[in-house]
Amino acid sequence: MIHADDVFRVFEEHRGKAIVTTGGVAGRKWPQTSNNPERDVSMGSAMGQTTSAAFGLALGLPDEKIVLFDSEGALLMNLGVLASIAGKQPKNFVHFLLDNEVYATTGGQPVPNNTNIDYASMAKSIGYPSTYHFDNLEDLATNIETIMNEDGPVFVSIKIVPEIENAPMALRDMVPARPRPQTIKELREELGIS
Amino acid sequence: MVEQQAAILRPETLVDEFKKNGVTHVVTIPDSETNYLYELMLDQDWLDVVPISREGESPGTALGLAIAGKVPVVLIQNTGMMEAGDSIRGMAIDAGFPMVFVVGYRGWTRRGVIRDSAAKYTEPFLNAFGLDYYFVENNTDGDRITTAFEQARATNRPVVVLIGDEYHGFNR
Repeated sequence: MIHADDVFRVFEEHRGKAIVTTGGVAGRKWPQTSNNPERDVSMGSAMGQTTSAAFGLALGLPDEKIVLFDSEGALLMNLGVLASIAGKQPKNFVHFLLDNEVYATTGGQPVPNNTNIDYASMAKSIGYPSTYHFDNLEDLATNIETIMNEDGPVFVSIKIVPEIENAPMALRDMVPARPRPQTIKELREELGIS
Repeated sequence: MVEQQAAILRPETLVDEFKKNGVTHVVTIPDSETNYLYELMLDQDWLDVVPISREGESPGTALGLAIAGKVPVVLIQNTGMMEAGDSIRGMAIDAGFPMVFVVGYRGWTRRGVIRDSAAKYTEPFLNAFGLDYYFVENNTDGDRITTAFEQARATNRPVVVLIGDEYHGFNR
């Protein structure tokens, strides 16, 4: 398993001008690594729908590389989106899945069948032309340049170390570093969209 | 009889309204009642049809397109709209973008008794979410779709168009 911070550090070196959006634990950790916040966008969340929003963004911005850091708990709520993405084959879309095998934000309960799901094979069989699975940092670092430069949609499943939260919800800082409307406004300004 | 046929909601009317309002993408799940409309949309070179796997995906997909500067419309059935409740909340109402949902009103009947619970709960669902809606029953109602787009743009909120004739107008 890999620490999410290490995933982000390796990715950031090869990010280029990619637009990055996040769901799950990545939403709180990625801003601490990102060097280009004008191209980070918060799409909101609704039972796994960040994936759909990233898909829509990829379709709407075919000349931009769109990167999603998804989580397995979110994806399990919206598995059909894999077929939707595969159906449209957005070449500019890189779909990372950070799989910690648990619902970390609710205390670490396992997701269904948590240790036995091969998400990369699932994505491959549903029609993603390129898929990867990593459970050690070296393999990820070796392949990240290829991943970021090949035609998508690319699916990258990564086993990460769970960082479980048990504090009562009222005591957690749930507000993202930059609220959704601000990230959307700044991204659109960056891209010249009125 | 001729007058009744002329009044039937034509698929071309919906496509014309989409074009008039600058729609670029239709996020949809095809169903048997809308097959001709689906084929007609595929024939339009200015329109990209985005098939999805379940209606809950539609608000998020449309939001991504809207952020990208595109003009999406969501085309689904009332059953799927109810399934998509939390997505409508989180990715449409809370997102602050204009978004038009064209929703097939399954089970609705003007003159008979509504027995289909899909129809029974459709308008209460929209009212519970505080969503304004316009009813399109026949071809002469088509310009209400433009009204819905105008309201969505003015308020940066989703607006719904209920298609009350889906069992007649979308097939040939």
